[in-house]
Amino acid sequence: MNTNINKLEYIFSKDCDDNQVLAKALSFSNDEVIEELIKSGLRGRGGAGFPAGLKWKFTATQPGDEKYIICNADEGEPGTFKDREILTQVPKKVLNGMALCAYGTGIKKGYIYLRGEYKYLVSHLQKNIDEFHEEIKKYGIDFNIDIFLGSGAYVCGEETALIESMEGKRGEPRNKPPYPNTVGYLGKPTIVNNVETFASTMIVFRLGAENYKKLGTQDQHGSKLFSISGDSPKEGVHEIELGMSVEDFVREFGDGDTKAVQVGGVSGFCIPRKGFKNAIIGEGNPTGGSTMIFNSSRSMYNVLHNFLDFFAEESCGQCTPCRVGCQQLLKGIEAVKSGEKPKEYLDQLIKLSKTMQITSKCGLGQSVTNSFTSIVENFREEMIY
Amino acid sequence: MNSTKEFIKELSEKYGKERKSLMPILQKIVERNSYLSVDAMREVAQILDISAAEVYGTASFFSFLDTQARGKYKIRVCKSITCDMKGKSEILKTIENILKIKVGETSKEGKFSLLETNCLGWCHKGPAMLINDEVYTELTPEKIRNVLSEYIRERK
Repeated sequence: MNTNINKLEYIFSKDCDDNQVLAKALSFSNDEVIEELIKSGLRGRGGAGFPAGLKWKFTATQPGDEKYIICNADEGEPGTFKDREILTQVPKKVLNGMALCAYGTGIKKGYIYLRGEYKYLVSHLQKNIDEFHEEIKKYGIDFNIDIFLGSGAYVCGEETALIESMEGKRGEPRNKPPYPNTVGYLGKPTIVNNVETFASTMIVFRLGAENYKKLGTQDQHGSKLFSISGDSPKEGVHEIELGMSVEDFVREFGDGDTKAVQVGGVSGFCIPRKGFKNAIIGEGNPTGGSTMIFNSSRSMYNVLHNFLDFFAEESCGQCTPCRVGCQQLLKGIEAVKSGEKPKEYLDQLIKLSKTMQITSKCGLGQSVTNSFTSIVENFREEMIY
Repeated sequence: MNSTKEFIKELSEKYGKERKSLMPILQKIVERNSYLSVDAMREVAQILDISAAEVYGTASFFSFLDTQARGKYKIRVCKSITCDMKGKSEILKTIENILKIKVGETSKEGKFSLLETNCLGWCHKGPAMLINDEVYTELTPEKIRNVLSEYIRERK
């Protein structure tokens, strides 16, 4: 079947010598490395999509010597598993990306914050880190990486919550500003980038910023890993050039009976069949790469109930809109379903979710409305009957 | 085996007596004792010179830092959407029948605890579960019976 999907193989390519790419990148000056990265247009691959080069630059220009690089491997968004695949198959690409960051910014200490669910990866990663420490000696880079284990908290994927937990505290997000690039781990300037972001910096230097920027759309450059799950005969991790429509995506990965696609995980948007044509994956929705496919046998009420149950449990409880809001949305849809509340109550609940978007402290509470509103508005009958 | 008190002292020497060492210390205690007892948390607080409430605050925040007594083997079944779609309920039922415990309970001899957990990152191979740190994917009732019988026979 004809689809406009451009499958690529950069991240997992085995024919590319990552040490050579690193050596090539190190022929640039420190500032040039950062400039090249800014030029490439690479944006964070964790979900928020902040330009990676700018993050490096803002941290590099902070005063002081004590700064940190943290690789965020707290991959907890339901429907996402690409970081685990990267760390399993090509860990050196991530480590070299971190070394490049260390070179560009002059930072000497790095951590990989690995979610507790991936603890089985520790020995594999540690072995690679030990080898890496030997390898970078010959490039004269003074940089050292430790693994820090998480303990099962979705919100710790948020960078300031992650930092709090590394400091031995509850993983509650901080007020921003100040951002971690000025006040991060132990109060020092800190760069937090996702696993795939570090791996992607190696692709930028392999292809050159100009060529990298040609991939994708005006807004989203490069290729991206998609974690595909649900009602699909091709579940798994796929690397695809950014800019495909949901329609093409469904044609390629759906089972022929796709009713809806959840783009960006539970904190992303649910795209119903009628919206496939005009929706572009990665434009106006989170860039984490979680895509879950639902066919017509699925109850969207059950899907939403599962999402809200997740949010109610993973809300850190620090701010009231999110703590109470998640619980009330969950109770609310149950009440409408059981007939205890009239169907118009759904509109009240949408208002509540929009209030949460404005008033919650971090991305968790702010993004509940994305899936809530898009599911309730598009599948209203399923919520009621 | 030395007492928990001595163990905590060793950990504090290894990781440092600072607040930032709290998570690794608590993780190691859970690894050894399968949960954090009140006494263990008090001991950690004393050694790190912070309030016991702070230690409990951090511990109770994280779902893998159990503050309730748990069995030697913690079974955590993923309940996120794709695992749910692929038959998580049947998997839970099978485990409950074999071990004669419900979600949240620990078997009488203290060997197994059955828990649910959020996304384990194996959505394309659901249903998935963890037994302690070990991952099991694409579960079927039959696979569950085989895996559990190994644990019941006591492995290693």
